[in-house]
Amino acid sequence: MSPRAAAIGSALGVWRTLLASQLREQPARLALGVLAIALGVALASAIYRVNAVAVAQFDGAARRLIGAADLVVRGSRTGFDERLFPRLARDPQVRAADPVLEVSAAISARHTPLRVIGIDPFRAAAFGGPLLGALGASARELLRPDAILLSAAAAAHLGVGRGAILRVVVGDAVRPLRVVAVLPAGADPQALGVMDIASAQWAFDRVGRLSRIDLRLEPGVDPQGFGARLARHLPFGVHVIGAGEDTGRAAAATRAYRVNLDLLASIALWTGAFLIYATQSLAVLRRRGSLALLRAIGVTRGELEIALAAEGASLGALGALLGLGAGGLLASAALAHFGGDLGVRSLGIAGAAPAAGPAASAAFFALGTAVATLGAWVPAHAAAAEPPAAALKGASRAVQAAPAAGRGFAGLALCAAGVGFAFLPPIGGLPVFGYAAIAALLLGAVMIVPATTFALLRALPDSGRVLLDTAIAQLRDGIGPATASLDAVLVSFALMVAMTTMVHSFRVSFERWLGQLLPADVEMRVPLGADTARWSPGEQARIAAIAGVARAEFRRTRRIALDPGRPPITLIARRISVQDAGTVLPLVRETRRALPASSPPAWISEGFEDLYGAKVGDLLQLPIDGTPQRFVVAGIWRDYARSDGSVVVPRAAYAAATGDRTATEGSLWLTPGANVAAIETQVRAVLAPADALEIRTSRAIRARSLRVFDQAFAITYALEAVAVAIGIAGVGFAIGSTATARRAEFGMLRHLGLRRRDVIALLAEEGIVLTTLGVLYGWALGLVVSFVLIDVVNRQSFHWSIDPSVPLGELLALGAILVAAAAATALIAGRGAVAAEAIQAVREDW
Amino acid sequence: MKRLLGTLFAVTPMLAFTLAAAPRTLEPGAAPTLAPVPDTTYAQVLPGRVLRFPGDLGAHPRFRTEWWYVTGWLHTAAGAPLGFQITFFRERPDIWRGNPSAFTPRQILIAHCALADPAHRSLWRAQRIERAGFGLAGAGTGDTAVWIGRWRLVHRGGIYRGRCKGADFGLDLAFTPTEPPLPNGVDGYSRKGAGPDAASEYYSIPQLRVSGHVDRRGHADPVTGDAWLDHEWSSAYLSRSAVGWDWIGVNLRDGGSVMAFRIRGANGAVLWAGGTVTDANHRIRILSPDEVRFTPLRDWTSPRTGIRFPVEWRIHAGDQRLMLRPLLDDQENDARATSGAVYWEGAVRALQQGRVVGHGYLELTGYGAPLRLR
Repeated sequence: MSPRAAAIGSALGVWRTLLASQLREQPARLALGVLAIALGVALASAIYRVNAVAVAQFDGAARRLIGAADLVVRGSRTGFDERLFPRLARDPQVRAADPVLEVSAAISARHTPLRVIGIDPFRAAAFGGPLLGALGASARELLRPDAILLSAAAAAHLGVGRGAILRVVVGDAVRPLRVVAVLPAGADPQALGVMDIASAQWAFDRVGRLSRIDLRLEPGVDPQGFGARLARHLPFGVHVIGAGEDTGRAAAATRAYRVNLDLLASIALWTGAFLIYATQSLAVLRRRGSLALLRAIGVTRGELEIALAAEGASLGALGALLGLGAGGLLASAALAHFGGDLGVRSLGIAGAAPAAGPAASAAFFALGTAVATLGAWVPAHAAAAEPPAAALKGASRAVQAAPAAGRGFAGLALCAAGVGFAFLPPIGGLPVFGYAAIAALLLGAVMIVPATTFALLRALPDSGRVLLDTAIAQLRDGIGPATASLDAVLVSFALMVAMTTMVHSFRVSFERWLGQLLPADVEMRVPLGADTARWSPGEQARIAAIAGVARAEFRRTRRIALDPGRPPITLIARRISVQDAGTVLPLVRETRRALPASSPPAWISEGFEDLYGAKVGDLLQLPIDGTPQRFVVAGIWRDYARSDGSVVVPRAAYAAATGDRTATEGSLWLTPGANVAAIETQVRAVLAPADALEIRTSRAIRARSLRVFDQAFAITYALEAVAVAIGIAGVGFAIGSTATARRAEFGMLRHLGLRRRDVIALLAEEGIVLTTLGVLYGWALGLVVSFVLIDVVNRQSFHWSIDPSVPLGELLALGAILVAAAAATALIAGRGAVAAEAIQAVREDW
Repeated sequence: MKRLLGTLFAVTPMLAFTLAAAPRTLEPGAAPTLAPVPDTTYAQVLPGRVLRFPGDLGAHPRFRTEWWYVTGWLHTAAGAPLGFQITFFRERPDIWRGNPSAFTPRQILIAHCALADPAHRSLWRAQRIERAGFGLAGAGTGDTAVWIGRWRLVHRGGIYRGRCKGADFGLDLAFTPTEPPLPNGVDGYSRKGAGPDAASEYYSIPQLRVSGHVDRRGHADPVTGDAWLDHEWSSAYLSRSAVGWDWIGVNLRDGGSVMAFRIRGANGAVLWAGGTVTDANHRIRILSPDEVRFTPLRDWTSPRTGIRFPVEWRIHAGDQRLMLRPLLDDQENDARATSGAVYWEGAVRALQQGRVVGHGYLELTGYGAPLRLR
């Protein structure tokens, strides 16, 4: 046996012994660490899977069927004039051009809209995709004017098979389509319908329009150069993009969510590592004697270090395994609930199975194991470095001197840097500096704490109460171990304060916003995500004429692409004027100056402002139906529903520019005493053939929105409570474990005449002082962090503002609860620690 | 921080009014329908109509099917023989109903392009299919002008120009007629079966003089040769019992020509036959079914499809007795991606008493699956 192998073998033996004893003594704490690691791995792998599906859903589906393009010419959601197509098809540098019409077809209120692509199967064949092969004999059948082909996922989702009639809602009418074939399940995992381009144009009232043209270039033609030349000659609102960029748009649509969730996952992972670190540090302290004995009987320093680190690794591996399993379940649930676009709905598809490749799974497993090992290795390294003889004798560690002032100054500098970060712009659309600011503030505060605590405790005048003064003196002298538990309280309580303040502010702002946007009694709209269903002017008039409807107002919403690299924005055409904009929209800014009369006014959302850099008074050119329409920005409003940007324009101006008088949303004001149910029935009767209607009272929407809001935050409060509980447990544990080490001291106090319950009270007071300090720090730090959350992280991630509002009562109550809980925990821990007889305790002190 | 993120994630999608409408069923038949309503009626080929030129050189879009077949022999400057085929099919699908879309497949164009090169051992071939429209593909009336992108067969100034291009070869040829179009059958009314339901309008132009270029892997060779053009249209070409046909067109060295075909039913039964023979003095003879006999001499089995094609024949066409030997055995053309059929279309030498008396093209269809003309 080589010495190295022997060392490893010996370390393994030590590790088995250590782990077994750890598991016996600390099962709950270890379980928490394992769970935290599992949570981190689960989140990270779930996000990875969901995103993989989202990207695949967005364009991969069509891409796999049709084959890869060198360039894609793309317009807004309503497309562009088809006359561009022959121009491109005839270009001598273009080998093949495939015209495509894409719609999200409304099926009925029960189903997610179906993504339908209209293609020319003959031209698509030039792109080498397997579509024609998969069609087989159905290729000619697809030319039938009512023919649609479904992917297996779409057929399953809609519950139809070959030969079935699928009814799609187009405008105010229902069009029956015949399912001529269902692709084999292997052909494509996405829910998708395929039609001939001519039938699609006809069926969806888009004759003359295309959504995009896929281009394959002649060999030797440089796609980039060709694309750049082409871009100069494209109509307004039409863009040319590389095929890769096209797929990239899917990632862009969900990017803010994904990166935030990825950060959340990494925070969970590090929390797990921190828990394992804390548990292992204390365990090492507790087992100091045993570890020293192991060293004395010949276990080398390296072996001991490996064995202790291996404890962490095995915990991490277990957590990572659990996390991978949970991640799969989480991804499936998220997809089933929100769809691959995480609820953004701009992609408009559902029903797909996530899968993580073995490489990705291995990476997540390694990540979970590595952070846990790191968490265990740090205390292991320190423990192994201790001279065994001193440890065996039980000599207390060197008494801590007053904390170094240098560390305090470094902490101050970090805090200052954190404040500075908060003023920096986002990087790549992400609030990187916002997170950096929070991290710097937390870390800086933790570094400042020992120095300021020491100074504070020293500055405290004698209270004259023996127990309290003793407790303060104890804390002051033992500042090292005390701050470890103080850190935990400080960090978790500060986050709780920040969170509570942020949520409170958000809820107040949100409720006000809901009130302003839902002034009517009843709200109705076509199914979300569908872009084929609309209500005709006739239907609008008949709805307005229903008895009991005092006033009806209709809106037309549609999505338009301003920048091919970003998700489309939402255009809302509604009744609005410069005079009443402040009452119908939650404006955050508006112009005081007179606007030019040449262009109609538009009100952009904060998201639009942030993403496209438009300002009040600017001239906007919006591509509507391929023609630029000019508007002047009259104000900026707050839109909590759409973070990709939206713009409100007067409906009359929209109708004048486009001739489109259809509507997709409506608000109804009822006469006093009107029967809501009866009116709903009549509205449904007007729109009966289409069945494309979601209708609710504003009160129900408000209540439901707030309930959903509160439910979502209830989950975060639960998480919050767990974090604080860990903090409190940390306080109790620190006191309990130092109490064990301080048995000699307690024995002495007993000899001096203190009763057992005096000693316990002493410990409780130490806990109260410590926690009160933590709460005070937490309030201060938490409020600062909450402003970073509201004004930096929230604004840069979601592009909407929140009015700050401090929930004073809640914060006071939380602090009081925390102090009481810490006192109780310290009491219980202390009771266990001083249970041993005083005599024995003194004897033990040699 | 993580709580904030989790919350914003959970809440944002729901902020956009989370309305859930009550499930409702659709009422069937309450809306306008796209269901097919037959309004397409095909023109029918009828006896008694006389072909008129140049009008009949152009397309006949009211008929279901139409094709222009140019086949022939070429020689490079070095004297190496090549066979070629440039074919355009026009098809009017029976499924169009009043769709105003410019993409509506009112007419579909198919083209086959092939080069038989003994040095290459099998055909160089390419095929295209596209719907007519936007000027990108179409078949003009009044004179021959049929195209798909840059592939075309156009008659102008008395000369046909044929162009097509595959991934690694291309043809760019000019065809000069030496005689007027030759109507087949009765003034161009060509029966394809015993009943009156199966017939086409059909003329040929034999003895076309060819000049132009053949491109192989980027290397262009000037070529000369002779070719044959067939133009045929119909709405009911084959009777229901037919599975395919054998066809031969030969340019004789003495200036005469031989065209003969037979329609096969199941089990090799001959359902119909016909042909047209001209002699060196342009005397025309229309053949009756019993004057045409095809006798297979040797089979070749395709290594790709496993289909057995008889590639050597003895032909009786009126007074003419010809032996047919292929330029190369493998002239199978797999066109399942466009016209839906696998067929053999190949250059053949015509021999009498072991002496080459002419060059022609032999077409064998329906040897795999029965041929269906849509």
